[in-house]
Amino acid sequence: MADRYSFSLTTFSPSGKLVQIEYALNAVKQGVTTIGIKSTNGVVLATERKANSNLINNDTNTKVELITPDIGMTYSGMGPDFRVLVDKARKLAHTNYLRVYNEYPPVKILVQEIAKVMQESTQSGGIRPFGVSLLVGGYDPHSEVFQLYQVDPSGSYFPWKATAIGKTSISAKTFLEKRWNENLELEDAIHVALLALKESVDGELNGENLDIAVISEPQEEALGFKGTNVPGPRFKKLTPEEINDRLDSL
Amino acid sequence: MSDPSSINGGSALAMVGKDCVAIACDLRLGSQSLGLANNFEKIFKINDKVMMGLTGLASDVTTLHELFRFKNNLYELREERKIEPSTFANLVSSTLYEKRFGPWFTGPLVAGLDKHNKPFICGFDSIGCIDYAKDFVVSGTASDQLYGMCEGLYQPNLEPEDLFETISQSLLNAVDRDTLSGWGAIVYIITKDKVIKKVLRTRQD
Repeated sequence: MADRYSFSLTTFSPSGKLVQIEYALNAVKQGVTTIGIKSTNGVVLATERKANSNLINNDTNTKVELITPDIGMTYSGMGPDFRVLVDKARKLAHTNYLRVYNEYPPVKILVQEIAKVMQESTQSGGIRPFGVSLLVGGYDPHSEVFQLYQVDPSGSYFPWKATAIGKTSISAKTFLEKRWNENLELEDAIHVALLALKESVDGELNGENLDIAVISEPQEEALGFKGTNVPGPRFKKLTPEEINDRLDSL
Repeated sequence: MSDPSSINGGSALAMVGKDCVAIACDLRLGSQSLGLANNFEKIFKINDKVMMGLTGLASDVTTLHELFRFKNNLYELREERKIEPSTFANLVSSTLYEKRFGPWFTGPLVAGLDKHNKPFICGFDSIGCIDYAKDFVVSGTASDQLYGMCEGLYQPNLEPEDLFETISQSLLNAVDRDTLSGWGAIVYIITKDKVIKKVLRTRQD
């Protein structure tokens, strides 16, 4: 009966731990490394998009997703769980905020909503916790600052200046501690993110096997229409070409 | 005669001035032609820079005031900041539309200054359609008379003192031509550093 306490999620072990949550964190630790860096004029979310076989058509598989026009989200851990959370986050942003206040939620409010979903899965019967840690980056129009949050399977969340989750998160965080400073600009942040990923990826880095998004200035041309006062989305995926250009100058 | 929004009577209006807004209401609470109280205020503070007016069925006025106070308190706790007038207007709109097929019998107004101290006013119908205006909005049983007075007296970019004079004359002369409104009036002038409340003495008939 060594694992008596792994039957129910809601049962504490004698040492005060909820082992199912520990297991969920182990799922995250086995996941591909993901980097998030905040800079003065934007946030970058970067991760590796691994294809196990060259027979896989890899350009439809995306790991950094838009939640609202000013908020993006990525993960380490289990891909399917992430997609469920993306759907839930997008829906929550609308039903609990946009349809009430006619504006998108600030990053902190959305993070709290996602964290609530993840916490509830640690206290409900018949389900398992989410096997992902999330990085949520975005822009807060009220305080006019960029923000970066991490959300864990337990439902805890942390605001970061720069962080890493996944397999090599510890060494990547050490690297970021050396490289990050208050005056870092977006291009430098992308540069630092690529350097940090380089350490964790075995094999060559290129635009095809990386997934990078930035949240920075509003992109008016992304709207598809002109002549309104609607600001464009700040969330932007980097194309493989844009990633390759930056890798060349590494 | 049994129209719920004109049983109790009462009127309100809001106006935009230069870096300020004004919002005013009468004080009558009645039951058809019978006057019941001359201290029924219809304007409520949301925060230092946002106020709302609620005219119509008195029970709904009181209930909605409590509902919006509750919703605004939760908002301030969640967001750790004061609500913007435009955001509050959208909250009012969605709250009213929730009762699309059994509406609150009120005509709300919102007046305030945003975070850049830019004036904002708007009105609503009973199911939450927002009437954005850059000059004035009116509501209540004397709304026809208020439209006439405002169109005659309003001019843009009035200083707070002149705006007070314009909104007071508009309200007083409108409610005097409405049997269900009057019995005293209150005017608020919202400026970037203070809210001025003035109680107007009116004819009591």
